[in-house]
Amino acid sequence: MKPGALSKTITIFTFVFFYVPIFIVILFSFNNSKSPVWTGFSLHWYKELFFDSYDVWRAFFNSILVAVSSSLVATALGTLAAIGLYWEKFRGKSTIWIISYLPLIIPDIIIGVSLLIFFVMLKIRLSLLTIFIAHTTFSLSYAMMIVYSRLQDFEYSIVEAAYDLGATKSVALYKVIIPVAFPGILAAFFMSFTLSIDDFVITFFVAGPGSTTLPLKIYSMIRFGISPTINAISTLLLVGTIAISLTMKKYLKYIF
Amino acid sequence: MKYVSGYSIWLVLFFIVPVLIVLSFSFMEKSIYGGVEFSFSLEGYKSLFSIGYLKILWRSIWISFVATLLTILLALPVAYYIANSKIKDLLLLLVVIPFWTNSLIRIYAWIFVLGNNGIINQVLRKIGLVNDYIQFLYNPYAVILVIVYTYLPYAIIPLFASIDRLEKSILEAAFDLGCNKTKAFFKVLIPNIKSGLITATLFVFIPALGSYAIPDLVGGVNSKMIGNEIVRQLTVAKNWPAASAISSILTLATLIGVLLFVKSTQKEVHT
Repeated sequence: MKPGALSKTITIFTFVFFYVPIFIVILFSFNNSKSPVWTGFSLHWYKELFFDSYDVWRAFFNSILVAVSSSLVATALGTLAAIGLYWEKFRGKSTIWIISYLPLIIPDIIIGVSLLIFFVMLKIRLSLLTIFIAHTTFSLSYAMMIVYSRLQDFEYSIVEAAYDLGATKSVALYKVIIPVAFPGILAAFFMSFTLSIDDFVITFFVAGPGSTTLPLKIYSMIRFGISPTINAISTLLLVGTIAISLTMKKYLKYIF
Repeated sequence: MKYVSGYSIWLVLFFIVPVLIVLSFSFMEKSIYGGVEFSFSLEGYKSLFSIGYLKILWRSIWISFVATLLTILLALPVAYYIANSKIKDLLLLLVVIPFWTNSLIRIYAWIFVLGNNGIINQVLRKIGLVNDYIQFLYNPYAVILVIVYTYLPYAIIPLFASIDRLEKSILEAAFDLGCNKTKAFFKVLIPNIKSGLITATLFVFIPALGSYAIPDLVGGVNSKMIGNEIVRQLTVAKNWPAASAISSILTLATLIGVLLFVKSTQKEVHT
C-alpha cells in the first residue's frame, strides 16, 4: 500500500521541523552582529572561536580524551562479554543479561546521581577519571549488545574449522572471531563515542572543577548569556556529525 | 565465564552498587552539610508528601505523557512513509543526523529561534506585530516542544524497523477483503507493530520523565520536573535522603513500566 497524502504531509512537516532550527543556527553563525538580526556576512564568530576561546578548546579536548578512552574500554569489555555470552556456558547468564538491560532502561539522571553519591562516599575526587568511569559504564551494555547482534549472523562452524585446523583459543579469537565481528565492533565503538561526546546529564554530576567537557561548556554558555560563538561551535559540530554519519553509513545498520 | 568477567565486574561495581547505595541512602537520616547519618529514617520519603513536590510529580507525568503522545503521532506516519519510500536510506540518514547531533545544540537552536530576543520575536517586531516581545519560552509547552524535538528520532527508528519488517501483503490482503483505510490502520497495522510501538513509547517516555537539561533551559519556574527537583535536593537543599528517595521512586516506576512491557510482548509471542 502506498502511503497517503496525510503521511506524506506529516513527513515533510517533520523534516522541516527537524532542520529549520538547525539551519537558522548555521546561518546566523555567519552573521555580522551579535543579536539575531541579519546584518551581513562575517566570519567574526569563527575567528573568536578559533583564536579567543581557550576554554572551549580545552573542553573539546577533554571530551575527545574521555570519548576515545571510554569507548575503547567499553568496546573491548563489551566485545569480550558478547563473545562469552554467545558461546560460553555458565551459571548466572540470565542475571548478566538483566544487569545489561538496566543501564539502557534507567533514566540518565539516576545513573548520574548514583555515581556522584558513590564517588563522594568513597572520597574519590571528581575529575576526568570519574567522567571516564561514568561514560564507560553507560556505553558498556550498548557496546555488548551491538557486537552480540553481529555474532548472531555468524556461522559457528568457522570457529570449529579453525580449531580442527589446530588453532588455539586465542588464535581463533584474534584470527577468526574478531575479524568477522569487526563491523559490529566498529559500530559499537562509534555508538559509545557518540554517546560519550553527547552526554550532558551524567557528566554534569560526575565532573569536578577543571574537568569541563564540551556539552558542559555549551550548557554554561547558554546559561550565562548567549554569544554567537555557540552558533559557530554548533555549525562545526554539525558538519562533523554529518561527515561521520556519512562515512559510517554502512556500519549504522549494525546499531539499529 | 572468563570473557564475561571484566564486563560483569565493571557493571556491578559502577552501576549496581551505586544504585543500591542510593536506595539505602533513601532510608537514612539527613546530615546537615549534605551526605547522610547512618541511621534508619523515613524522613526522605516523608518530605516528599508536600504540595510542592506532588505538583512537580504531576507536572512531570503530564508533560511526559503529552510529549510522548505527540511524538508517536508524528513518528508513526513518518516511519510508515519511510518504510514505503524508494529513497529509504536517504530519509533514514536524515532522521539519524539530528539523532547524532549534540542534544544541547538542539535545545540551543530552539532558544535561538524562540527566545525573547530570538528570530521569531525579531521578525514580529520588524513587521510591527508586537512592540516588545512574546515570551514563547519558559513554560511547560516549550518543554514539551523541545522534548518532542529531541526524542522524535528515538521513536521513528524502532517504528520504522517494525513497519519495515511487516509483510506488505498483510495490508494488501486487508484491502482486498474490503477493509477501508482507517480500519486497516487500526485493525491490521497497529496490532502488527505493537512491540515497535511500545519500544518507541518507552524510548520517549522514560527519558522525558527523567529530563533535566530541557526543563532547566527552556522551562520557567513553573515547569520544573522531577530531574530538577533531584538536583535541587542534592545541591541547594542538601537533603541527600530526599534526593535518593525521589531517585529510587523514579527507578522503581521505570522498572515497573518496563516489566509490563516485557509481559505484553511475551503475550504477543504466545498468541
